[in-house]
Amino acid sequence: MNFFAIIGRVILALLGEIGRLALFTWSSVSHIFRPPFFWRLLGQQMMRIGYFSLPVVALTAFFTGGALALQIYYGGSTINSESIVATIVALGITRELGPVMAGLMVAGRVSAAIAAELGTMKVTEQIDALTTLSTNPYKYLVVPRLVAAVITLPLLVFIADVIGVMGGFIVSTASLHFNPGVYVQNTINFLKADDVTSGLIKAGVFGFIIALMGCFQGFNSKGGAQGVGRATTNAVVTASILILASNYVMTSLLFAK
Amino acid sequence: MTDTPKIELKNVTKRFGSKVVLDDLSLVVPKGKSLVVIGGSGTGKSVMLKCVLGILRPEKGEIFVDGQNVLKMSTTEREQSLRKFGMLFQSAALFDSLPVWQNVAFGLIQGRKMRRKEAKEIAIAKLAKVGLGAEVSELYPAELSGGMQKRVGLARAIATDPEIIFFDEPTTGLDPIMADVINDLIVDSVKDLGATALSITHDMASARKIADEIAMIHKGRIIWAGPRSEIDSSGNDYVDQFIHGRATGPIKMDVLKP
Ligand SMILES: Nc1ncnc2c1ncn2[C@@H]1O[C@H](COP(=O)(O)OP(=O)(O)OP(=O)(O)O)[C@@H](O)[C@H]1O
Ligand SMILES: [Mg+2]
Repeated sequence: MNFFAIIGRVILALLGEIGRLALFTWSSVSHIFRPPFFWRLLGQQMMRIGYFSLPVVALTAFFTGGALALQIYYGGSTINSESIVATIVALGITRELGPVMAGLMVAGRVSAAIAAELGTMKVTEQIDALTTLSTNPYKYLVVPRLVAAVITLPLLVFIADVIGVMGGFIVSTASLHFNPGVYVQNTINFLKADDVTSGLIKAGVFGFIIALMGCFQGFNSKGGAQGVGRATTNAVVTASILILASNYVMTSLLFAK
Repeated sequence: MTDTPKIELKNVTKRFGSKVVLDDLSLVVPKGKSLVVIGGSGTGKSVMLKCVLGILRPEKGEIFVDGQNVLKMSTTEREQSLRKFGMLFQSAALFDSLPVWQNVAFGLIQGRKMRRKEAKEIAIAKLAKVGLGAEVSELYPAELSGGMQKRVGLARAIATDPEIIFFDEPTTGLDPIMADVINDLIVDSVKDLGATALSITHDMASARKIADEIAMIHKGRIIWAGPRSEIDSSGNDYVDQFIHGRATGPIKMDVLKP
């Protein structure tokens, strides 16, 4: 086949996919604000997306904070290292690594689970059945997941921030023999509220991306077990890429001088 | 003109890619009547029901429910109109994350905002109608046999006492006695509730029992329609071949002969 025809086909398919995603996003968001609301399902999803992600996120944050402290110590000058390590760990975790690491971990856990669940419902006609029972599938399935993720991701990231900074603290004091009091003082002196809130804003956006990609891929899966498997993979991959890309955009917007 | 038909499909065409599944199909379901559509596997029967329900959108044609064109409705109007319907899916399509009683009560609890306790009582009564005891109500769909799932699907379809009920192969997978019980139930639902029924079946015994009228679909078109009493004297070779289940005739099955 003609080389240009192949490129054209790929671009058309990509544009089609973007269009479908835009429509899906619009339908989902517009249903958030229109009753009926399924509170019980929202609670359920907050447990599943938020609470059950806690261990994964906490462990990730702890080791990231610790490794970050070591790297800064090894790489940075030994002069002033006590103040530099504390500051960079605090800023790095709250501004970038906390939200991004938590976002990626939750994307792996939650986007996949959502895509598999909704994908199975799709191929077994359960989503069609919802429609015939006067229940809008967007309201019943998508909205609770979307809202739950947007609410719980910032909470998770806040916890990740605390644990990540603590990881840096523990490594610095136990293994690098820094003075604990000075470390804490440096952290408090340099960390501003903006650093934390910017990370939490990012987290909200990542939550939206995670739930949206899971639902979108699930709703669009077709053709049995293989289709559901493909939807699951696609959900994780697209959610992760979108998280990293949107993180870059948000960093450049939030910290532009 | 005395009565607008309950459902009317006019020149409906639905294709998947280049494959035409419904080809200029027209069909009328009169109010309070039971219409049975017969036809070979893969001729577009399930697709036709899904077009009426708005699950699939036809490329061409019009679909009227109570005289209103549902394809021109806004989403909200469409949702409102769907409240009239109950549907039994060919694959039952039960919610596997919910126990049986919540499946049956789903339309009552989520669709009509009924209290759970009240809805559960109705669900158990409907389950009894399809021959399932209260002990089944706490089980999950995966714990049921195929025929039991079908009956739960049936109970779910009639739980809200809808005006219009679609049955996609209600008796497939049931033993002959249970099949007859279900046939009676469908006849009763239409008579007692004054509902309009549109059923699909391959089972001629069932068709003869539940139909007021019969239509035959072939290659995405209705090729014959008439009252049940005329099915044996239709003079249509396709219909004759189908109701007598002959392998030879005008309908060719795509199978490779050795
Ligand atoms: N979502 C879909 N995407 C692509 N093709 C489809 C889809 N749904 C149905 N078809 C095709 O449409 C045709 C008709 O399907 P349909 O399910 O209506 O058959 P049917 O008449 O109900 O058959 P059966 O009696 O076996 O249930 C089939 O050839 C099928 O391959
Ligand atoms: Mg079918």
